[in-house]
Amino acid sequence: MPTSFFLALSAIMFVLGILGVLLRRNALVIFMSLELMFNAANLAFVTFANQYQLLTGQIFVFFIMAVAAAEVAVGLALMVAIFRNKGSVDIDQLNSLKG
Amino acid sequence: MELVILTFFPLVGVLILVLLAPQQKNAMRYVALITSLLTFGLSLWVLSKFNPAGGINMAIELPWLRLANVPVEFYLGIDGISILMVLLTTFLIPIAILSSWNAIQEQVKGFLIFFLILETGMLGVFLALDLVLFYVFWELTLIPMYFLIGIWGGERRIYASIKFVLFTMSGSLLMLLAILFLGINAGSFSQPTLMANRQLFAGAEMLLFIAFAAAFAIKVPIFPLHTWLPDAHVEAPTSGSIVLAALMLKMGAYGFLRFNLALFPEASVRAAPVMAILAIIGILYGASVAFMQKDVKKLVAYSSVAHLGFVMLGIFALNQEGVAGGILQMVNHGISTGALFLMVGMIYERTHTREFSKFGGLWKVIPVYSGLMIVVTLSSAGLPGLNGFVGEFSILIGAFGSKVLGSPWFAGVATTGVVLAAVYLLKMIEKMFLGPVTNEANLSLKDLSARELATIIPLVVVIFWIGIYPQPFFNLINPAVEQLLQLVQSAAMVLH
Amino acid sequence: MFLSETTSMDPLFLVVPLVVFLPLLGILVNWLFGKRLGEKAIGTIASLAVGGSFVVSLILLFALRTDPQGFSVPLMQWFTVGGLDISWSFRVDTLSVVMMLAVNLVGTLIHIYAIGYMHEDAIHQGDPTRYRRFFIFMNLFIIAMMILVSADNFLMLFVGWEGVGLCSYLLIGFWFDKGEGGIANAQAGKKAFITTRIGDFGLLIAIFLIFWAFGSLNFGDIFPRVGEVAANHPGLMLAITLFMLMGVTGKSAQIPLYVWLPDAMAGPTPVSALIHAATMVTAGVYLMTRSQALYLAAPAAQNVVMWVGAITALFAAIIAVAQFDIKKVLAYSTISQLGYMVAAVGLGAETAAMFHLVTHAFFKALLFLSSGSIILSLERAMEEGAQGSGSHATNIDPQDMRNMGGLRKKMPTTFWVYLVGALTLSGIAPLAGFFSKDEIIAAANNTNGIIFVVLVAAAFLTAFYMGRQILMVFFGKARTKAASLAKESAPLITVPLIILALLSIVGGAINFPGWLNLEHWLEHTIKVHESTFQLPVALISLSIALIAILIAWLIYGRKPLAESTSKDPLARSLGGVFTLVNQKFKVDELYHFLFIGPYEKLADFFAHPVDQGFIDGIANGLGNLASETGSWLRKLQNGFVRSYVLSIVAGIVIILIYLLVRV
Repeated sequence: MPTSFFLALSAIMFVLGILGVLLRRNALVIFMSLELMFNAANLAFVTFANQYQLLTGQIFVFFIMAVAAAEVAVGLALMVAIFRNKGSVDIDQLNSLKG
Repeated sequence: MELVILTFFPLVGVLILVLLAPQQKNAMRYVALITSLLTFGLSLWVLSKFNPAGGINMAIELPWLRLANVPVEFYLGIDGISILMVLLTTFLIPIAILSSWNAIQEQVKGFLIFFLILETGMLGVFLALDLVLFYVFWELTLIPMYFLIGIWGGERRIYASIKFVLFTMSGSLLMLLAILFLGINAGSFSQPTLMANRQLFAGAEMLLFIAFAAAFAIKVPIFPLHTWLPDAHVEAPTSGSIVLAALMLKMGAYGFLRFNLALFPEASVRAAPVMAILAIIGILYGASVAFMQKDVKKLVAYSSVAHLGFVMLGIFALNQEGVAGGILQMVNHGISTGALFLMVGMIYERTHTREFSKFGGLWKVIPVYSGLMIVVTLSSAGLPGLNGFVGEFSILIGAFGSKVLGSPWFAGVATTGVVLAAVYLLKMIEKMFLGPVTNEANLSLKDLSARELATIIPLVVVIFWIGIYPQPFFNLINPAVEQLLQLVQSAAMVLH
Repeated sequence: MFLSETTSMDPLFLVVPLVVFLPLLGILVNWLFGKRLGEKAIGTIASLAVGGSFVVSLILLFALRTDPQGFSVPLMQWFTVGGLDISWSFRVDTLSVVMMLAVNLVGTLIHIYAIGYMHEDAIHQGDPTRYRRFFIFMNLFIIAMMILVSADNFLMLFVGWEGVGLCSYLLIGFWFDKGEGGIANAQAGKKAFITTRIGDFGLLIAIFLIFWAFGSLNFGDIFPRVGEVAANHPGLMLAITLFMLMGVTGKSAQIPLYVWLPDAMAGPTPVSALIHAATMVTAGVYLMTRSQALYLAAPAAQNVVMWVGAITALFAAIIAVAQFDIKKVLAYSTISQLGYMVAAVGLGAETAAMFHLVTHAFFKALLFLSSGSIILSLERAMEEGAQGSGSHATNIDPQDMRNMGGLRKKMPTTFWVYLVGALTLSGIAPLAGFFSKDEIIAAANNTNGIIFVVLVAAAFLTAFYMGRQILMVFFGKARTKAASLAKESAPLITVPLIILALLSIVGGAINFPGWLNLEHWLEHTIKVHESTFQLPVALISLSIALIAILIAWLIYGRKPLAESTSKDPLARSLGGVFTLVNQKFKVDELYHFLFIGPYEKLADFFAHPVDQGFIDGIANGLGNLASETGSWLRKLQNGFVRSYVLSIVAGIVIILIYLLVRV
């Protein structure tokens, strides 16, 4: 299959992720959308790694997966804490940074 | 080495103060007072070793750091221009500390620490000969004064302190740019080196002059950059006002002498008429605005604008009489206005007001206070035989014959300021001391205590001393001014 | 510090600093110990200090008889900066010693008088603690006056010049809590100080000009070189002398700056006598006489001086005619007489000016002190009357001549000395004033016909208002209870009066026609024109004075004022003109309208719209601009995660577009 197919899929996934982050209110869903964007990026990395026969792209993907795992741990912990405090994870209620 | 000890000696007091417990208020006051008195002693020691004809005395030059590959030095030195400022500083700080003895009851420790840091900062400003070092000390004075006004000030202290800092900062940033430009172009930050290599930045002289002048003009203050001054003075505690008026304003005028005149003589000659006009506006305008004030402290604050106008007029007369008179007048203003603020503070401690309408007839109730205040006011009005006259006369006669200004009109118009000074100062005397006692609460006022007399008497003695025999002061000033003016005169020759 | 003496002079000259230091000693003693010493001792010490000064002046007079060219006696350096080299040094020559003698002689007598006067006045004003302060200020005045007359350079002269102004300020407002509204005295002092300071502005400019023209302020360096400098800078001498004249109009109360002197009568009477009649106000005449060389080089300035003096002499005399306050009449008379002296200087008759200065010091001090004796006895009578009748005190103005009348019998000594003073002032031969005034009028006759007429007219008015005053005060019947209860003052007050009266009678001898002592004496210091006694002029002025007194008698003597409220006969015939003159031609109001009011408005405009509104407005405006911008930008920070993400995305998109377009 041509590389462009993979890249198109990656782009679609990324846009879906962006839209999810922008439009959804539930923090958990936003979180999942973020993961979708990560994976879109991962897909692009491995596609180019395959295209140019280089390992660097694949190594990046491993890095991203490791960091994403850590991020998920911290993010979910935060979300639990927020839920305990506020009783919801609706991000529209989390505006205490308003200037 | 003498100068390093002198500059940093107040910090010894700070160290001791840090160790004291917060409730040991009197111990703290004594520590601060003794430290400042010892500093005064040290400055007399420096004076005893000082040679007026020897240019920069007791210089100490140590490598410090590199900025954009240009060496910055820890460079202190003293000459005829700075020695009087140093003496004035060390002389007035103990008086200011003594004046705050009862007035400051909250957070005494912090107050005194800031005061001593301020002293170090000001001594550094007057002694530093490296531009970066000068800038560091210059900014160092800002922080303690910000807190002195902001914490121990009057009702509008926050507004006043922020205004003070913002005004000063905006000027000094321009100066910082100019300092960096000079250092990078000339490869040195040392004032004497730069003086010797003026051709390296001759092209940008006027711009550099303006950048330095911006910082100093705000500090002096020159009309129309003066509006921070009445607010800061009125809101500051008495001791803060004394330091602000008597010493910090002098930093501006001193800066003009040390940097603008010395480094940019040609630009100084060209800018002199403009500066003189601004100075004269300051004299007449300050006097007129002072005349309309209803608050004693505001009146004194605006009188500073007028007096510093005389100083600037003298400096930009650019001849011996004018510049030397200007330097002496800086001392005079420090003494007289310092004393005025001191005495206004004394009456404020008693009555908790500074409104003229609450006073009247005080001479009858507190004759010692009134008599001394009248002497101080007359010295501020430039009465012959007291200090203000010698400086003003020298300035005016210098400006009158100044070749750089080129017209006697400058001095002629400025001389009307002498009349206006009498107008607003006599109004002050009348409203405070003459007439019947209109406010019954004032009938029970107490006259000066021994501590208060101890603060004011030294100032009055100096007022008479400079009025009757100012020659020792001129002996210190004259040689340094002569050297400075040689530069300016050669520059004027080039221009004309 | 202390300058060593230079030439070989008579060591007697070296005592000259004592004229300053003896009164200073008096001040120190009174200041440090006065509280414990009591009133008599304070007054005695102060009088002795001035008397000592007088003795020193006599010693100097003696020394000058052998060395009449005089010496400059340096005391110590003052300051040196650039071309300025100023020292505290005294000039002992015939001119300065004449001034010292006159000032100290009159000063001593007035100090003695004040011992008694201030004792009563302090009780009357209700604050005896100020007795000591009074004598300290008086001695301070003598110091300043001595510095003024003995200065060897213009700057030291200026010190004395301003110093006497300060003492005048302090002493006019001595009872600073009295007067109309409790503040009028203080305001009179302020007015005096500021008005004279306006003049001092001119003097300062003159000093600047002198310095840059001559390179020095020492008399010895200036006057001999006037011709040479005047040749190089024509017009300069005119500028110097006219600016100096401005100083003179302030200090010597000439048009247009005379307005402070009448108000200065708010001071205690010894002050009016010493400062505002006999000595300080003559400083301007002394200054011009001292600077004669400058004026001789500027004939146009001399002309101006002459006109200023002559017009002032007439103008003030007119105002004096319509005054009711006994001291105000004398005050305007002083202005008028000073006008004579100034005119004399303008006429080139400096000796006549000095002569009149000295005799005027005697007789005007006499008149003021006598009026003080009258005022005091009325005040005393007012208080006694209040106690005696048991009713509350009827407060009348003890200085208003309408409240007097018939005092001739009650206060015989005062009456006789007052009469001597008035006749001397009117220029009746052979009293002192006749000779001195006559010399001025004769000089005018030689020079300028119009000036002659003006001065003779002023002389006529002088005799008239003095006649009016004598008749109103001493003749007729007592118009108030206080006047009927008045008694002669104590010897401490009357003895100085008698001495001054004797001096007024024989004072003409110091420059007696044909004898001309003063002229030959001053010749060593200034240029003197031999004055000749002109019999016709003397007869004219004498007969004019006699006619004036006769007219005064016709108006006020034949039918004296009946009641203290009755109208002045002149007011009846002159109506509105009299009121206008009585109100001093409304010059004060005019000045207020022209200068003081506008300045206050201007200052207020500066203080509020300009300073607080505009300049501070710009500063605060910049601050507000920053905070407005901040609060506008703050809206971007709404706290919603999604909008942050949106802006991130938008940013990315923009960057991407940029990258794509660039390629």
